[in-house]
Amino acid sequence: MAQAEKEKKEKKDGINFRDPAFYTNRELSWLEFNRRCLGEARSKENPLMERLNFLSITASNLDEFFMVRVASLQDMVKADYKKTDIAGMTAGEQLEAVLTAAKAFIEDQYKTLNRQILPALSQEGIVLVDSYKKCTADEKVYLDTYFASEVYPVLTPMAVDSSRPFPLILNKSLNLGALLTRKENAGPGILSHTKKARKALDSESENLEFACVQVPGVLPRVITLPKAPGATGTRILLLETLIRENMDKLFLNYDIVCAFPFRIMRNADMDIDEDGAEDLLREIEKQLKKRKRGDAIRLEVEEGTDPRLVSILEEELSLNKNEIFSIDGPLDLTFLSKVRKLPGYDALHEHRYLPPQEVPELPAGCDIFAQIRKGDIFLHHPYETFQPVVDFIANAAVDPDVLAIKQTLYRVSGNSPIVAALAKAADNGKQVTVLVELKARFDEENNIVWARMLEKAGAHVIYGLVGLKTHSKITLVVRREEDGIRRYVHLATGNYNDITAKLYTDCGLMTCKEAFGEDATAVFNMLSGYSEPRSWNRLILAPLWMKERFKALIAREAENARQGEPALIKAKMNSLCDPDIIEALYKASAAGVKIQLIIRGICCLKVGIPGVSENITVRSIVGNFLEHSRIFYFENAGKPEIYAGSADWMPRNLDRRVEIVFPLEDAEVKKKAEHILDLELADTMQASILQPDGTYEKVDRRGKEKINSQLIFCQEAAEAARKARQSTQDTRLFVPEEHAEEE
Amino acid sequence: MAVHMFGAIDVGSYEIGLKIYQISRGKGIKVIDHLERRIDLGSDTYNTGKLSYERVQQVGHILAEYAKIMRTYQVEAYQAYGTSAIREMNNRSLVLPQWESASGIHVDVISNSEQRFLDYKSVAFRGSQFDDFIRDSCAIVDIGGGSIQISLFNENVLVATQNMPLGILRLYDSVAALDARSTQKEMLIEEIVDAQIRTFQKLYLGDRKIHNIIVVDDYISSFLQSRHTEYVDTANVDKISQIARESSLNGLSRSLGMTTDALHLLFVSAVMLRVIAYAFGADTIWAPGVTLCDGIAYEYAEKKRILPPSHNFEEDILACARNISNRYQGSMARSQTLETIAVKIFEATKKIHGLGKRELLLLRIATTLHDCGKYISMSDIGECGYQIIMSTEIIGLSHKEREIVANVVRFNHCDFIYFEEQQNASDLDEATYQTIAKLTAILRIANGLDRSHKQKFGDIRVHIQGDRMILTVQAGIDITLEKGMISHRADFFEEVFGLTPVIKQAKN
Repeated sequence: MAQAEKEKKEKKDGINFRDPAFYTNRELSWLEFNRRCLGEARSKENPLMERLNFLSITASNLDEFFMVRVASLQDMVKADYKKTDIAGMTAGEQLEAVLTAAKAFIEDQYKTLNRQILPALSQEGIVLVDSYKKCTADEKVYLDTYFASEVYPVLTPMAVDSSRPFPLILNKSLNLGALLTRKENAGPGILSHTKKARKALDSESENLEFACVQVPGVLPRVITLPKAPGATGTRILLLETLIRENMDKLFLNYDIVCAFPFRIMRNADMDIDEDGAEDLLREIEKQLKKRKRGDAIRLEVEEGTDPRLVSILEEELSLNKNEIFSIDGPLDLTFLSKVRKLPGYDALHEHRYLPPQEVPELPAGCDIFAQIRKGDIFLHHPYETFQPVVDFIANAAVDPDVLAIKQTLYRVSGNSPIVAALAKAADNGKQVTVLVELKARFDEENNIVWARMLEKAGAHVIYGLVGLKTHSKITLVVRREEDGIRRYVHLATGNYNDITAKLYTDCGLMTCKEAFGEDATAVFNMLSGYSEPRSWNRLILAPLWMKERFKALIAREAENARQGEPALIKAKMNSLCDPDIIEALYKASAAGVKIQLIIRGICCLKVGIPGVSENITVRSIVGNFLEHSRIFYFENAGKPEIYAGSADWMPRNLDRRVEIVFPLEDAEVKKKAEHILDLELADTMQASILQPDGTYEKVDRRGKEKINSQLIFCQEAAEAARKARQSTQDTRLFVPEEHAEEE
Repeated sequence: MAVHMFGAIDVGSYEIGLKIYQISRGKGIKVIDHLERRIDLGSDTYNTGKLSYERVQQVGHILAEYAKIMRTYQVEAYQAYGTSAIREMNNRSLVLPQWESASGIHVDVISNSEQRFLDYKSVAFRGSQFDDFIRDSCAIVDIGGGSIQISLFNENVLVATQNMPLGILRLYDSVAALDARSTQKEMLIEEIVDAQIRTFQKLYLGDRKIHNIIVVDDYISSFLQSRHTEYVDTANVDKISQIARESSLNGLSRSLGMTTDALHLLFVSAVMLRVIAYAFGADTIWAPGVTLCDGIAYEYAEKKRILPPSHNFEEDILACARNISNRYQGSMARSQTLETIAVKIFEATKKIHGLGKRELLLLRIATTLHDCGKYISMSDIGECGYQIIMSTEIIGLSHKEREIVANVVRFNHCDFIYFEEQQNASDLDEATYQTIAKLTAILRIANGLDRSHKQKFGDIRVHIQGDRMILTVQAGIDITLEKGMISHRADFFEEVFGLTPVIKQAKN
């Protein structure tokens, strides 16, 4: 039935489930998520250094948001794109709302920094010195030497005049802009204004000239000042403060009228013509170079920056007033993550969360393949270690019975042991097929390096299907065993990244069930360009089949509710914004299905709408670890079905990516997955509850037990590992058989 | 338990498929990997008779990839077959070696009848399911891109098989060329199929009903598989075409898990099957979802004796030959006598001629068809028989095998033309020609022994004694005519085998 007809029918029935009033704009919902992160930076329940970390995260999150989402809205506005989003907003309306909300958010970020974080740091002895003048004599000596020996040689001052175009200011780079005047006895200046700069400066009478210098990324931004004898605490100064103080050394014949830091953000969306690209790898390299020159979309300047300087930047970078953000404090708060790493402040860090524990079924040194043959193994990271996944590939690389290893890579760590194992396997003559997703945003360069390295090692590197990002996380190991070929499969919700696996909550499944093996083989054949299988045994793949399947699963619950059968949906994901899925959820809720959602980030669904979403609750957990797993529970009239996978319920996942969702079948595995959902649904410490107006509120803890799900998962994992170790020790211990004495 | 890894490659008209199998006595045949690379070879060869340079290169690359994959699985043996597109290539003698040098894969070309026979074998290897289905009247409808093959079974025996130019791609292309609405397209497909099926019905069925249909295809099988079944009632075939028609229009392909192209072809298949099912009066349709590669694997497993044969396929080929003989009013009783005598001579001279089981089958077919030429001309039986056999498909036989049979029948009646004399009239090599000579020599003796057409030699015994082949017949029969005939026909036998046939009568 056509959409219009469908809407007509629903209107006739009284409810139009696609009414824009029932939906929240995704960008505003994302800003709400960043607010929840900011809430953690403000929360005195978190140790100080973790609060710093949260504040730093909100800054890097916001950068990415601007580079991708705001840039995209601006493109739409430029293209005069009129279509409204699910919440009924045009691109222009969204942009306006987003910029207003972002400004308010940044204000709150800096209030948090200035009123809470910096004073708290100061109380603990960490002082951010905001001016060279405030340094002691010894500190100044140290800084002068440091500037002369380390900083000065790497600085490249860039003057701007009519013969030199306005320099390329790199995306996200921190710079110092300055207005200069020629010293009286220095003769005629060599600089003359560019047309735009002249216009911005109003008059040439002051003989002001513009110059800028990039704060070099190769040097640490946080400079720890030397301690005076007997002093306690740590005094720090930011690199831009030091350079600012020494601007005159860069422009010798000029007086510095003013110098202020500024930072720009550029459109980072890549426009890749995959169909026309003969070599995707080269095309992406080309586009990456272009990204550095993308249109400027945001300018950050310190509060109090000379308006003439701001005008020049505004003109030269073709920015609108609302794209200029005046900041009450140091630009780019990601430096806080470096402050967090200052030595000697261990007490200010989080220690309650235990490091990843051994997976009970996969003790170190075990025969992973033998263990998987005993039954499916469920992994829950970072509570359980990611090491078995690394070992799975590393062991396969050297196992003479292994014939082939196939894996998808989306984001990998800097010195990935997985990539090293794959290279080793190829070197050992195994057939290694690796799908490297070159379009993984902001990891493109990294992935190109891996792709080239793996190719060199002899692996067959593929780049996936044209027009679709391969986001699925799957590994297939083909092994020849006594009774024939056996396929071992690892499926996951998170990337094959050993570093983020310590920070993100994800789950994985190791299995050698034939049905999964056949499907995994088919996945790689499909990704390698062979035709897709005629049907799948177990796996659900996007973009072709997943959305319909989820809609069917949701509709089944609705039907069960109508029939008076038990009906319940519990789902956990990063974001929910697919209109078709939300509509299905609304209909299920209207039919009486209880729907409990755990959504960390964007949620375009509204709760509490009478007759539409009264049975839906949404909670978001922002905690020590980044919630990243996707688990879906459907009651199915008392015969629950549970799935996990790489896909969120977002159009990009369901329509434009290769994603895999897999069923959890074994009773023990299902129990573990359901426990994750239930404990997170019971969380009273880190959870925030979505309100009907689209805002989030922390759980009202009055009369409730304090439940921090992430903390409990840590404890449970430690306990399970202890028991497993104990049981291994018990089985290894020789116990002499007792003989009953004959009477 | 010995586990064998086997690779089967199907170089088809529109795709090249590779299936990797694990074959063991204990666990049977299991598919480990299945790859298909879409490549349109048909358009080139059907239109120009040649494959373009670009396509030749592409196939070489695909085969090289497949070779690599087979090595990964440590495949011990493989079989690659080229089907209709390759068959119709005029330059295949130049192209096939190029592919072999690029990939190490040797591609054999199979005839339509061999291809269909392998499809049929793959169904038959489904064991009891197949036996149950053919117990009653049954038809295998093998739907290909360019043609369909219908094979009829009656009480476990193959009674007829016929190829018709009703392939789904052919139908789809011809209907797509017309600017018609989908309902009109459906009617057009129905009309085209119905006309041919009615003729088939008149020829082979009359008023007889066929209760079961086994469909060998890609699309109906996939559709049913996506619904976790292999069976459909005739009444519901209509629903499949309806779903396919609607889905292809509104993009419901996602919910069906099929591409839009596949849905179009599903639509054509379903309409065609519906027409056939109603014309035959069928109740149930079984789509086991087997492919040519499956047949190749089963053939390998059978040849290597890893798996026991699930069905007497030779009997099917012979039944098919008998059916042809019957159509040309051949004498069944005489054929049986000839067959008995010929088989006995063949067995007795095994050490001399060195031929195998397959050649024995060809001899048996030749005895069955030995007189089909009579239907056209009593004076030119050999030449007419040759023409009939060469223009009639015998399921399970390759083109070469059919040519052997045709030549044996021909030279049974005409003077033998030696290999050296034939002056490139045939593509057959010297070894094959020797086989023709050996089988002809046997058939001629058998024919001579039953010259009276009175089947006197049913209980003949044959043994070799020095340089003589002794044919012992029962006592009390007048064999004057046969003795005369045998001396007349002995020259060629002596020339081929170095043995003199001698007829003796057993003592009382």
